[in-house]
Amino acid sequence: MISRQDVEHVARLARLALSDADLERMREQLNGILGYIDKLRALDTTGVEPTSHAVPLVNVMRDDATRPCLSPDEALANAPERSGQFFRVPKIIEE
Amino acid sequence: MSAVATEYETVIGLEVHAQLATRSKMFCGCPTTFGAPPNSQTCPICQGMPGVLPVVNRRAVELAVRAALAFGLRVNPACRFARKHYYYPDMPKNFQISQYEEPLAEDGSLELEVDGAPRRIGIQRLHLEEDVGKLVHEGDFATALSSLVDYNRAGVPLMETVSRPDLRTPEEAAAYLKAFRAVLLALGVCDGNMEEGALRCDANISLRPRGSTELGTKVEIKNLNSFRNVQRALSKEYAHDYRYFPEPDLVPLQMDAAWVESTRAALPELPRARRQRFVSQYGLPAYDAGILTQSTALADYYEAAVRAHPANPKALANWITSELLREVDAADDTAIARSGISPARLAGLVLLIDDGTISGKIAKDVFARMLASGEDPAAIVKREGLTQVADAGALEALVDAAIAANAKAVADFKSGKTAASRAVVGQVMKASGGKANPAMVDRLVQEKLSRM
Ligand SMILES: [Zn+2]
Repeated sequence: MISRQDVEHVARLARLALSDADLERMREQLNGILGYIDKLRALDTTGVEPTSHAVPLVNVMRDDATRPCLSPDEALANAPERSGQFFRVPKIIEE
Repeated sequence: MSAVATEYETVIGLEVHAQLATRSKMFCGCPTTFGAPPNSQTCPICQGMPGVLPVVNRRAVELAVRAALAFGLRVNPACRFARKHYYYPDMPKNFQISQYEEPLAEDGSLELEVDGAPRRIGIQRLHLEEDVGKLVHEGDFATALSSLVDYNRAGVPLMETVSRPDLRTPEEAAAYLKAFRAVLLALGVCDGNMEEGALRCDANISLRPRGSTELGTKVEIKNLNSFRNVQRALSKEYAHDYRYFPEPDLVPLQMDAAWVESTRAALPELPRARRQRFVSQYGLPAYDAGILTQSTALADYYEAAVRAHPANPKALANWITSELLREVDAADDTAIARSGISPARLAGLVLLIDDGTISGKIAKDVFARMLASGEDPAAIVKREGLTQVADAGALEALVDAAIAANAKAVADFKSGKTAASRAVVGQVMKASGGKANPAMVDRLVQEKLSRM
């Protein structure tokens, strides 16, 4: 069972500020999802590799060749704020 | 109770991030050129825009495997990428692609020497990941309202290696980093440029009771690019909760065993093996061999000089370690090439000493002129008239004059202090401007003093 504290912790990791009502709603929804996953647990998966991809491909690689980049103006087009050619973000305090 | 200093020991583990020497980034085709204008080397993939797909750079994998084999790590038959989640504006995706439970390689070691004693430092793992962007403060830190981000480095291929906590002193840690860098340079895996951030080091340091095998409270020190930077490092109790999960956009890598073996067979001679060979093949002391093999460029330079004058490898080593390295920085791999003295010219200088054309003393003057002008030593000797005076008649006159001017030395010699002859020899060498053949002068002075 997912507790309120679990939801608060995960929300903090994701930098989400949730209201009390949202926290409770998320707790219920997450528990619903976990309940669904519990059904999968009923299956015997002994000796089955965990699946991280639906397609059985390996070694998809590219040659070490450069390609044209975005121009700085294109790169910064979606920036909420910019300063010269930099993205500007709220001041970061070193940990 | 014994003193505190004997009860505890320092335990140091190092995490080294090395930029792999590729042209393009780890998962996209953006160039990795250092010093480009801010945000001029990004694309939708390294900017983490929705719907894009990363593709692994084959060259980065090859370079990492080469390094793994050189450190004796076991290359895992399969490895996988994972997303490491964290919220910090140095990564536009809010996660970094790294490797977690299934790294590229595990369990190796680096052999090094600290104060002449061999040490084997375990390497726990080696994995691939992407670098993050660079943050700078806008203006003065105290008053700045914003930070500025440049994503040129975001996505640059890195190889992270984690040592076992086998290091005990800062000297050992420095020796590890130095030996590690030398191996990467010999392999061509990383250019090793620490100022440009191509090689970065974090340290995990803890204290524990001596003899204990448990690790004590760990203190992480970030970005020890120079070991003098320690005062900038802060310890922190901040527990990261990265929520790793397999990167769904990248399929696993499977290492072909035959390819791994052919890569192993193609590894170049590594600095440690080369040092041992210099001792056995050229008869050098281990210390000199260590100095000469600290960079591939320097070791190549030495061997080129030996090929040009194979009769005296020891003298060539001495000239490099005591004279040339006083002028050029051994750690700067290109400095030796820029010194203006080619291996063949240095060999030519030693040949002039060995065949009796010039004395060792004059050779130092010639060396200084070679550094300044890049000229051939034989040409300098000829032009400046520095050829050693080995004509017995000319030397005899100089010896007679020196004996006449050194009554005290003569008296001392006759009273049994044979070492007094050295003063006379010195006088002759000085009078000849260093050009007299020292062995001949010595013999003449001995003969004349004995007959007096
Ligand atoms: Zn890119």
